[in-house]
Amino acid sequence: MVAWSGRFGPDNLSLTEKLGAMSWGLIALLLLTAGLGFAMLYSAAGGELRPWALAQMIRFALGLALLLSIALIDISRIHRFAYVIYALALVLLIAVEVKGSIGMGAQRWIEIDLPGFRFQLQPSEIMKIALVLAIARYFHGLNAEQTRKWTSLIVPCLLICVPTAMVMRQPDLGTAVMIVAGGVTLMFLAGVALRWFVGGALLTLGSLPVAWSLLHDYQKQRVLTFWDPASDPLGAGYHITQSKIALGSGGLFGKGFLEGTQSHLSFLPEKQTDFIFTMLAEELGMVGALLLIALYLLIIAYGFGVALRSSSQFGRLLALGVVVTFSLYVFINIAMVTGLIPVVGVPLPLISYGGTAMITLMVGFGLLANVHVHRDMPVGRGSSQGPF
Amino acid sequence: MGQVLLVSGLVGRLYYLQVVEADTYRMLADDNRINMRLLPPLRGRITDRFGEGIAINRQTYQLVLVSEQTESVADTLDRIAALIDLSESDIRWVLKETSRRSDFVPVTVREGLSWSEVTRIEVNLPELPGVLIEEGQSRFYPYSELAAHVTGYVGAVSEAELTAADPLLELPGFRTGKNGVEKIFETELRGNAGTRQVEVNAYGRVIREIARQDAATGEDLTLTIDMGLQGFAARTLGEEAGSVVVMDLLNGDVLALVSSPAFDPNAFNQGLTSEAWQALLNDPKAPLINKAIAGQYPPGSTFKMIVAMAALEMGLMAPEDTVYCPGHYTLGNHTFHCWRRWGHGHVGMVEALKQSCDVYFYDVAHQVGVDKIAEMAERFGFGAVTNIELTGERAGLVPTKAWKESVIGESWLGGETLNVAIGQGYMLATPMQLAVMAARLGNGTSKVMPRIARSTTGPDVPFFETLNIDPEVLAVVREGMVAVVNDPVGGTAYGARIEDEGMEMAGKTGTAQVRRITTADREANRDLEDIPWNERDHALFVAYAPLHAPRYACAVVIEHGGGGSTAAAPVARDVLREAQRRQSVRWPHDDAGGLPGQEV
Repeated sequence: MVAWSGRFGPDNLSLTEKLGAMSWGLIALLLLTAGLGFAMLYSAAGGELRPWALAQMIRFALGLALLLSIALIDISRIHRFAYVIYALALVLLIAVEVKGSIGMGAQRWIEIDLPGFRFQLQPSEIMKIALVLAIARYFHGLNAEQTRKWTSLIVPCLLICVPTAMVMRQPDLGTAVMIVAGGVTLMFLAGVALRWFVGGALLTLGSLPVAWSLLHDYQKQRVLTFWDPASDPLGAGYHITQSKIALGSGGLFGKGFLEGTQSHLSFLPEKQTDFIFTMLAEELGMVGALLLIALYLLIIAYGFGVALRSSSQFGRLLALGVVVTFSLYVFINIAMVTGLIPVVGVPLPLISYGGTAMITLMVGFGLLANVHVHRDMPVGRGSSQGPF
Repeated sequence: MGQVLLVSGLVGRLYYLQVVEADTYRMLADDNRINMRLLPPLRGRITDRFGEGIAINRQTYQLVLVSEQTESVADTLDRIAALIDLSESDIRWVLKETSRRSDFVPVTVREGLSWSEVTRIEVNLPELPGVLIEEGQSRFYPYSELAAHVTGYVGAVSEAELTAADPLLELPGFRTGKNGVEKIFETELRGNAGTRQVEVNAYGRVIREIARQDAATGEDLTLTIDMGLQGFAARTLGEEAGSVVVMDLLNGDVLALVSSPAFDPNAFNQGLTSEAWQALLNDPKAPLINKAIAGQYPPGSTFKMIVAMAALEMGLMAPEDTVYCPGHYTLGNHTFHCWRRWGHGHVGMVEALKQSCDVYFYDVAHQVGVDKIAEMAERFGFGAVTNIELTGERAGLVPTKAWKESVIGESWLGGETLNVAIGQGYMLATPMQLAVMAARLGNGTSKVMPRIARSTTGPDVPFFETLNIDPEVLAVVREGMVAVVNDPVGGTAYGARIEDEGMEMAGKTGTAQVRRITTADREANRDLEDIPWNERDHALFVAYAPLHAPRYACAVVIEHGGGGSTAAAPVARDVLREAQRRQSVRWPHDDAGGLPGQEV
């Protein structure tokens, strides 16, 4: 085996080479951010590791193991299974839908009850990653000229719309918005002509009244109270109002770790999940909030770096997809708790308490690390290399 | 690019919320978590002149249950019911309340636990998780009904009172004075609320106390009442419906003010059942009315001193001028009877007072005229409220010609003057006014006004207007009053004299007709027992004592008691004697009784 040939084709990177090329910088940033999250969960429990901080640490450790494992998988294999994963995610979404229509009300997860291990599988979370994989694979198979044709938009639009429709039916407005926004951004980054986005935007605006009529009452209520939270301070506007009070009262330097009155006296709802940024900003002030945002920006910048250095279109789009999804989480959550957009129920990545979101994220970062590890490896094109 | 825009948007928003608007939100956060709780003040005590508590605060105990600290509310209630009295409906109510409220909110299971119930619960506390005994203070009137009409009572805050600004009024269970001095001195007795700032969480649970300002206890109130004398007077009056008022005629202190029957003010504080309330309202003896100040009676013959003084002052009559009493007096074609059907013969003024000859006063009044009589009556306190610090006082009525024209719209008839002469007709007076008249007669120089709240700052003898009555005029009526009680020959109240040396009293009997006396009645000359209770005459007596250095004035009115001499005078005698006996109790270190006595 010639030395240079080791850089081309499957399986010709040794484990030590892969570990050497591993994104340790990313892992360090993730550890720092998650560490801040553990501290906040510790505070949310009133200075106790239970019930949240310890569980979150275990999940993070599991996620880290998952990240490393995924990073080491051959990128061509990931490319090959991209559509399969998407199809599986879609089947799971349908399963949830069927189960939900039989059962009662909104159902977003499947109860998995393996011997000795029990968890809730949330297909919409899997779909976020699966969609990135599918779009990345689709555009990887097209050259620049093909990408610019309008016919190339049909498949990715279907890839986006079908799961979005399913998620909307659950109903999970936040995740639906995330899927659409992530998918569309990725299409843009793949090189689809700008005019289609302008047209799409106009179409969206035009269809808003129709979309509005399809929303559930409580979803409408959330949007309405966003415009005027004071109209119902103890009802639907409660979350936003209390969150703003907590944030504002934190001031520049915060009330101090474990000293947040709004969060500890339960005025702030969901303080360990969706509104944990508020709690952080209350206790650590604007300084703490900016520190967290800086960490997020570093992770995002790192991700863009990985995308830029990837030699394959699939790797680049995969990395971009993960970064875009991640930034959307960050932006939507912070914009939501600061009252810039309606409350949609998106967790703050790496900080909010929650198993599925943490695992999804770590899988995403695993893919990012994978692209980083295999940055110089070409990925074959077309259907000849098909899934099987 | 886009990312930069989004990030600066977020940072800008954070800057706006956390720096620009930080103070606003800090205030809102404090509003959220800091809760003001009112601490009710202790009500001021009401004591008699010696500091004996008449309205005090008593420790009360209530049993509360915190449902989060007990496994099963129903089981715990069963265990409580085995120890103390707890009705089925109480249990149902507690079960409903505990399920309705947050489980950390204490729910009152029973109020007003006796001390033995408290100890039974305390001993068994280990088996009663979540059970607490809370201490409180509630108004208590140790003398029960003895001073009920003086103290009044406290009760739950009424809708009308709620308009006042004091936030205390909105506290559940807060009590305000409803009557008597409890009402008049409500502001002083109430005190000021304290506050407690507590930190609460979103569910209202108290986390800790941040600041506390204790409530300011209400001012204590010392009355002029002598509870020893008050009790004595009430017992002397007994079951009769009526009033006794005893005054210090030098400074106006009301030493005893009894209105009978009375009620138990404690019952009002605890909350009266509607049956009990109806019973009080419908009682023909009107226990809720303070008859001493709100009862208006024709003064009867007790009014004759006023007529006599009016005549003397005008010079129409010399004391020794006599009138012949054949037993009746004729004016126009009306015949006015003397109480003594066979008449008194020739009587002078002292004799007329002593024997209470009606014809003498018919004759005198006819000469004096009603307006001059009214003038004298007003000088002695009739026809106007005394402004004593009690609720419900009424003014009585002193008729004049102008009054009749404006109120009834008819002109005055000469015969009506004759009715006024013997304290009948339109003439009405309260027992308090009768006591004031007696006090001014005994005092001789000042328009004594009654007071029931003791001034701690003012002079011992308040300023009184001058009575402006000629001492010689006064001496004549006093002589008559002395004779009424102490002259064995014809004195109408000789049987009720005080025999103790130096304590003798002077007085005047009165018998006020409740219904018109017909000729048939006069013929029948029925015994008291044969007349229905509510048709019998009111018995009145006014007096002062001791004779030679007057100090105490007294008025007794017994509703439907029959004659003044037989029913009212003995009560006045006993009460005035007791008042003098207690003088050494009232002023143990001062032989002069706190004030220079008066020689007559």
